[in-house]
Amino acid sequence: MKQYIDFYTSYRKKIDEGCAPLLNSFRDEAFETFRRAGFPACKSEDYQHIDIAGLLKKDFGFYLNRAGININPSRVFHCDVPNLNSHKHFIVNGHFVDYEASKDFPPSVFSGSLNAFAERHPALFSKYYNRIAGAKDDGLSAFNTTFLQDGYVLYVPENVRIEKTVQLTNISAGNSFSLINRRILLILESGAQAKLLVCDHAYEENPTTANTQIVEIFAGEHVELDFCELEESSRNTIRLTNCFARQAASSQVRINTITLSAGTTRNNYTVDLAGEHAETYLYGMAIADKRQRIDNHTLINHLSPNARCRELFKYVLDDEAIGIFGGRIVAAKGAQKTEAYQSNRNLLGSRNCRMYAEPQLEIYADDVKCSHGMTTGQLDETALFYLCSRGIPKDEAVLMLKFAFTGDVIQGLRMEGLRERLKMLIEKRFRGELATCRGCGELGTKS
Amino acid sequence: MLIIKNLHVSIGEKEILKGLDLQVKAGEIHAVMGPNGSGKSTLSAVLVGHPAFEITGGEIIFEGKNLLAMPPEERSCAGIFLSFQYPVEIPGVSVVNFMRTAVNEHRKYKGQTPLSAGDFLKLMREKQAFVELDKNLVNRSVNEGFSGGEKKRNEIFQMAMLEPKLAILDETDSGLDIDALRIVARGVNQLKRPENAMIVITHYQRLLDYIRPDIVHVLYDGRIIRTAGAELALELERKGYDWLIKGN
Repeated sequence: MKQYIDFYTSYRKKIDEGCAPLLNSFRDEAFETFRRAGFPACKSEDYQHIDIAGLLKKDFGFYLNRAGININPSRVFHCDVPNLNSHKHFIVNGHFVDYEASKDFPPSVFSGSLNAFAERHPALFSKYYNRIAGAKDDGLSAFNTTFLQDGYVLYVPENVRIEKTVQLTNISAGNSFSLINRRILLILESGAQAKLLVCDHAYEENPTTANTQIVEIFAGEHVELDFCELEESSRNTIRLTNCFARQAASSQVRINTITLSAGTTRNNYTVDLAGEHAETYLYGMAIADKRQRIDNHTLINHLSPNARCRELFKYVLDDEAIGIFGGRIVAAKGAQKTEAYQSNRNLLGSRNCRMYAEPQLEIYADDVKCSHGMTTGQLDETALFYLCSRGIPKDEAVLMLKFAFTGDVIQGLRMEGLRERLKMLIEKRFRGELATCRGCGELGTKS
Repeated sequence: MLIIKNLHVSIGEKEILKGLDLQVKAGEIHAVMGPNGSGKSTLSAVLVGHPAFEITGGEIIFEGKNLLAMPPEERSCAGIFLSFQYPVEIPGVSVVNFMRTAVNEHRKYKGQTPLSAGDFLKLMREKQAFVELDKNLVNRSVNEGFSGGEKKRNEIFQMAMLEPKLAILDETDSGLDIDALRIVARGVNQLKRPENAMIVITHYQRLLDYIRPDIVHVLYDGRIIRTAGAELALELERKGYDWLIKGN
């Protein structure tokens, strides 16, 4: 951690150089928080299995001043999501890249770089940026805010609906050990609607890359937002994310987090149901094998009465992989008529893979409906035999059952084209054919 | 077609089949009857290669090949089919996807190319009509939420799709009402070919009113204790098993 503190004090000017002054104005306070709190370490209960301090001990380099982004992603990258007619954006090494970005948004919508947003909408920026993340005494968020270079903002004003899915693709095109700080700010004013898909891509040949990502979601009244994260990265990738959502009355937010392949991943999702009748759907799926490690922690705070949440996380583990799920739902005092259901189902495909699950409910209101359930087990042998007895080879039968296991998470996705694409990717993944997206492979050979 | 010689089968420490002999020729329908716990379901499970059972002696020859050396999927492709007494529910795997995979694995085994989507649908519709299986059921997960009758009809539907040489019906009549029984039996009878054979395991004469057996066996305590023509089933229905068992 010392190297980052030294870097900040010695190179402050360089860190600020390519960024909007407003963005820079948040650094000092964040730096103090980071210096005090440090990275979350394994001595804290929530970080028993993922030691962030240890992971970032190595001296990673930063990309400052838009370094290393001299590629045209839409030329080298073809994310072939069939039927997904989307607004496409690219983030290369944490920087928003405006190549052939969609221009057909309604004029009142902002969809673009965090720096540009700070310049163009300073009032909105000051109102929302780091508003939730900065209020937590969280070392990772503070670290991100301290060193952040750029990010992505989607601002949808009152009653504006964006029908088309917005797709943001993160590309790490580094040739050396690097640390990339990413940021996403989603502001949806009352009655607004949007769908955002965030894809992470990295390929096997990449050197170790660490990514921190802070997402802040502000959902106004009656907002409908779909936020889907899809990670297809490599064993050398470290992904550490915090996603914070704050929902006003009658808003509906669906968060899907899908980890198809990863190195070490830690995702934290914190949702505050601040308004009555707000609804959250939080669905996750993780496929891990070899020595991959995937940790999803969720915290859903029911702060108002009559809010609902549904949570479903499924893990399919194999080889020596480790899966971790920590799910906490809190019904605060006064949050009457809360409806909260959490489910975690895990499939172990080998003797050496491990699953740690910790479902938790904390209820301080007396008129609520809450439940949680967790199961961890192997494939159903009777089902397997049934399939084989009809002529299906065992390997194929195993694949069918694993694929079936992921079905309900995929069905929960509302981005139609994505559903089909994911089915294909998951099948490929289980067949061991998914190294990474073809587009990224091309990128790899060129850089 | 099928020759079982001196078959001994155990599960755990317990011996269930204690030297069973059985021969089935093409074109024949065999009924295997017997009291509960005599080993009828074990016999059917062993024929399709259920991993829970240990073969401690004897042999099974199917069409000249050593059946016991073949894994379950190969037995299926070679032409053996079991209609399960308790078909398992498989959430998330649709009947249509299941059958498409199975049919194409059978074709692969025979050196044929996979069926086109159109041809497969045509075949499926035809066979569905056979057993009056609800159109919507095939798009649902295998057996999930199916009624008892629907599960059994789904078994016969799969049998029709895979056209086995040797079909084993393990208490297909249990849990069926008269109408469902008639539909299932009609499906089974339509699949009858001179080159195919069938083993019908049942407790009751009822099913045999619809599927006429050529030969009836009584299985008791892991061995076949009586083999005769169709009239034996009627006699058992009248007299029970006691008179046979006492002699053993």
